[in-house]
Amino acid sequence: MMSRYSIDRWSSRAVLAFGITSFVVLVVIAAFIFRESLPALQEVGLFKILFGTEWYPRYDKFGILTMVVGSIAVTIVSLGIAIPLSLGAAVLLAEVAPQPVRKVVRPAVELLVGIPSVVFGLVGMVALAPFIADISGKGSGSSVLAASIVLAVMVLPTITSISEDAIRALPPTYKEGALALGATHWQTIWRVLVPSARRGIMAGAILGTGRAIGETMAMVMVIGNSPIFPTGLFSTARTLTGNIAVEIAAAVGIHQSVLYVTGLVLFVLVMIINSASLLAYKRRAD
Amino acid sequence: MRVSPQKTEKLAFGAIWASGAIAVLVLVFIVGYVVVRGAPEINAEFLFTPPRGGLGGEGGISSCIVSTLWIVAVTMLLLTPLGLGAAIYMAEYAPENKLIGFIRYSVELLAGVPSIVFGLFGYAVFVTAMSLHFSILSGALTLVCLLLPFLTRTAEEAMRAVPRAQREAALALGATKWQVVARVVVPAAMPGIITGVILSIGRAVSESAPLFVTMGGSSHMPDGLMSSGRTLAVHVFYLAMETNALEKALATGAVLVVLILVTNLLTNSISRRLQARMMGAK
Repeated sequence: MMSRYSIDRWSSRAVLAFGITSFVVLVVIAAFIFRESLPALQEVGLFKILFGTEWYPRYDKFGILTMVVGSIAVTIVSLGIAIPLSLGAAVLLAEVAPQPVRKVVRPAVELLVGIPSVVFGLVGMVALAPFIADISGKGSGSSVLAASIVLAVMVLPTITSISEDAIRALPPTYKEGALALGATHWQTIWRVLVPSARRGIMAGAILGTGRAIGETMAMVMVIGNSPIFPTGLFSTARTLTGNIAVEIAAAVGIHQSVLYVTGLVLFVLVMIINSASLLAYKRRAD
Repeated sequence: MRVSPQKTEKLAFGAIWASGAIAVLVLVFIVGYVVVRGAPEINAEFLFTPPRGGLGGEGGISSCIVSTLWIVAVTMLLLTPLGLGAAIYMAEYAPENKLIGFIRYSVELLAGVPSIVFGLFGYAVFVTAMSLHFSILSGALTLVCLLLPFLTRTAEEAMRAVPRAQREAALALGATKWQVVARVVVPAAMPGIITGVILSIGRAVSESAPLFVTMGGSSHMPDGLMSSGRTLAVHVFYLAMETNALEKALATGAVLVVLILVTNLLTNSISRRLQARMMGAK
């Protein structure tokens, strides 16, 4: 039988191995995606892929600019909807609502996080898109607007709960000082609390941006998936994530490699966004 | 014209209440819509027959339920020891230096990588390079990579919340470091760890994009690790995109939503019990 001391020695080595697994996974993911991208990067070239406007894999046209624009468009519109709503909900939960209301709203908002994205996509498809089709008078209603609304609902809980935590984490003296100077509750919230919590709110918004860019299946279900530049809110479009999901199974050769380049672009994009979010957090802590 | 501060406050609070109300109503609407429209389709036949395929989306969801169970079981079997081991290292053994700081930072970043990128990775590594083909094993391995940072962090936080004094007391009694970890820290952190495990199960059930590209999506009853399959979430996608059977899609969605709600309630009750225990210990 092993003595407890040798168990102790072996276990510390074992957990070290476990501890670095995540890191190894990250490195291997980056390496594999890069390796699979290489043929396309060499044969088509990064510039032509990133800034090419035509996506006809059958005729060797591999430009993903329309999808970069599609992803950015739905992200911006959805955040335009989600940020004011989440900020309002966060202020409500942190400052305005009485305890019983908070007890209902907070878990309800948290529950939104757990609902599968296909369910959001499905409700968007069945309930929201026909409504939008009625307004715009064209097509099935699958559009940038439908995708943005679905996405807004999906990132709302993330931004709300992080913003609420940021407001709650402020020292009570901020609020007391403002109130003592004769400010109304609203003036205190708008001129003191929200500005002081802005880093946390920013971190939440950036995290929401990362989630919005990465969302895949719900986007495929409500955006129409045509690889064209969106011309307006009612136009169809395609996202970078959707492009991968829709085409990977049937793609071979350079076409497949270009999809890995798309993955690489997403990977880098999200790394930048998340680094910004982590930095915002860190500076808040300092 | 100047509006008085009191009037501004009234208007502003009105807007704030409205945004809170919208958040709740949207949730109630989504859950309610799926359950109310999906429920009429759910019966024993729907639950216990496999999908028959075709444009009409005939048949039920039995093979999808079995695929989902397979995915959850295999994923959690691999993920739990890995995540727990990583959390033990990060919470109890890792020195506080630049290298560990860098690793921690990278893992946080890994948690934010879009799930479809994990799908691409799984497709390249498990499906193609390791020749596991489109299979439950490929899907589960992909999910393990996806969920590892999440479970590690949740379990690590639970372990960090265990008071120092408990560790010191055990060490003072002559326990080795590993004995302290295995008999003091992990048991004390168990409710938090279980919460993390249940949340991971919830995410495995609701994840669709990485499984869509690594499992092949066969609607047949899976007969082992190496057979192709589709989980409930992926089935919702197939029904919605490739058939006219929106009612079936909604019914499958309803089953999914109920599963997730139960998971969430379970998590809440466990964390409440955890809090009660902490209070009781004082």
